[in-house]
Amino acid sequence: MPQPIARSLRGTGFVLGVGFFVILAAFPFYWMVITAFKQNSDLYDVTNIPFWFNEPPTLEHIKYLFQETLFARWLLNSLIIGVCVTAITLVTAVPAGYSLARMTSRKGEALGIMIFLTYLVPPTLLFLPLSRIIAELGLQNSMWSLVLVYPTFTIPFCSWLLMGFFKALPVEIEEAAIVDGCSLFGAFIKMAVPLSVPAILTVVIFTFTLTLQEFVYALTFISSSDQKPITLGVSTDLIRGDVFFWGEIMAGALIAAIPVAIAYNLFLDRFIAGITGGAVK
Amino acid sequence: MAAVLTRDIVKTFGEVNAVNGISLRVPDGEFMVLLGPSGCGKTTFLRIICGLEQQTSGDLLIGGNVVNDMPPRARGIAMMFQSYGLYPHYTVRNNISFPLRTQRMPSQDIQKKVDWAAQLLDIGHLLDRRPRQLSGGERQRVALARALVREPTALLLDEPLSNLDAKLRTSARQEIKNFQQRVGLTTIYVTHDQVEAMGMGDRIAVIDHGRVRQVGTPTEIYEDPADLFVATFVGAPPMNIVTHNGGGYLGFRPENFLPRDMIEDGGATEFSFRVDRSEYLGSERIVYGVMDGFDSKQPITAKLPPAHVAEGSIRPGEWHPFAVKNSALRHFDTSGNRSSRH
Repeated sequence: MPQPIARSLRGTGFVLGVGFFVILAAFPFYWMVITAFKQNSDLYDVTNIPFWFNEPPTLEHIKYLFQETLFARWLLNSLIIGVCVTAITLVTAVPAGYSLARMTSRKGEALGIMIFLTYLVPPTLLFLPLSRIIAELGLQNSMWSLVLVYPTFTIPFCSWLLMGFFKALPVEIEEAAIVDGCSLFGAFIKMAVPLSVPAILTVVIFTFTLTLQEFVYALTFISSSDQKPITLGVSTDLIRGDVFFWGEIMAGALIAAIPVAIAYNLFLDRFIAGITGGAVK
Repeated sequence: MAAVLTRDIVKTFGEVNAVNGISLRVPDGEFMVLLGPSGCGKTTFLRIICGLEQQTSGDLLIGGNVVNDMPPRARGIAMMFQSYGLYPHYTVRNNISFPLRTQRMPSQDIQKKVDWAAQLLDIGHLLDRRPRQLSGGERQRVALARALVREPTALLLDEPLSNLDAKLRTSARQEIKNFQQRVGLTTIYVTHDQVEAMGMGDRIAVIDHGRVRQVGTPTEIYEDPADLFVATFVGAPPMNIVTHNGGGYLGFRPENFLPRDMIEDGGATEFSFRVDRSEYLGSERIVYGVMDGFDSKQPITAKLPPAHVAEGSIRPGEWHPFAVKNSALRHFDTSGNRSSRH
């Protein structure tokens, strides 16, 4: 085959391959966006082309969400839960990751792996014993139960992630700080923490999105509408019997997704640095 | 500034003895070099002095006070790390002022001290940069400035030149030495490079397997090695060691092993030397070979001044009469220690 043709074929193949994955990744999002703004008559008419607006777009679903449901409250609940869980995770996982990274013996590594393994226990198994604990603490049907439960899976993973990052930090920097007059804790606060901002940001984004999308625990522990986080509120209060409020569900999902999408895009580079930080020396 | 004294310092990591009873006295203002192969325990010993490691047993005295249980910040010691350990998120100015800020010194005084240190090391123009914007040599000077700014009791340096290229290393060596003499700071310098050790040290402590083999001036270490380890570790090429007829070993430096006719008469021992290979290095010629009647693990080397020995006169495969002045011969007993007879 002549070279120019081979080259253009290769180019086309590349574009097709990338295009396939772009469509695969973006289609659900696109579907969500158009459904959120479609009129109900457009949405439920099977003779219409489903991929585009057949009638003019509307803000009706979004209005309904804010006026007829507790959507604003769910958003606020999710935000409060997210912020609290992120704070708890940071306060525990940063020192934990650091200690694991600086434990020189084999034990440190084994402990790190064990902590990571707890992350792999599925929530569908854990919610049974946890519901007992929540009941004992009198937190049933309260969003604070989620603030208590979510760190059980964010802390192990984040400790492990931060451990990898701290291991890649040259220990001389902290040792220099210790010789220059810091205590061990001072060296950790003044050197290790500022230098691991990429990893800490990763932890923040990871924790926040994980709590924002969690469903099983929320469904198990909460039944009152005003205590629900957004995932639960949208999928329980907008599906009544076998009636799905598709427009409202999609509008709710869209509103919840936008801040996360913005956060990811703003910090994408740092996020990647955090994820791969411990991998390459 | 203060004298540093260690008494029988031992450090074990699990089963391994990293430091095996080092007693060393570094008087006030001395430049002491700890020289040894990698893994000999010299860096561990240095970390014990500055307090980053706790010794298993033994005493450490700085300025006459026992500081065994004092944390690093109370010892007043400065250390410069192999990779400098500069704080990447601080500017050069904040790097240098950091030891002062941890002491909560008033900011006008900090300003003055930083300017003094920056001027001393000629880095005034770099103060607002960050470490990653500096060259290797500049980083080293910043690290030195940071170490000196609080006028430490002693300065510890852990292979500070190993990150520099060969050319820069020579000038940096000079710079550190000049500087140390000017400030008169008690300095302990760890290296595996004998050129650095010989060129900079007031005294050298040769360390192997966690023990001090010999402490002495560069001349003493080179001319009168205490044992076979020191004899073969110091010097390039190292001292020739051959088994001696009467038991024990005989040693002589390659530059003292010369063709018979180059040594004026009186008090020389003759050997028959077969040349195997010769290397021309400009200022010298290194000749490798074997000696008749003597066993040696390494080939015997002779370092010849090329101006005096024409290339044609020493060819591979030929036997030549060589000799060593008796005063340049060193005797070692069977256990490798220097024996008293000369």
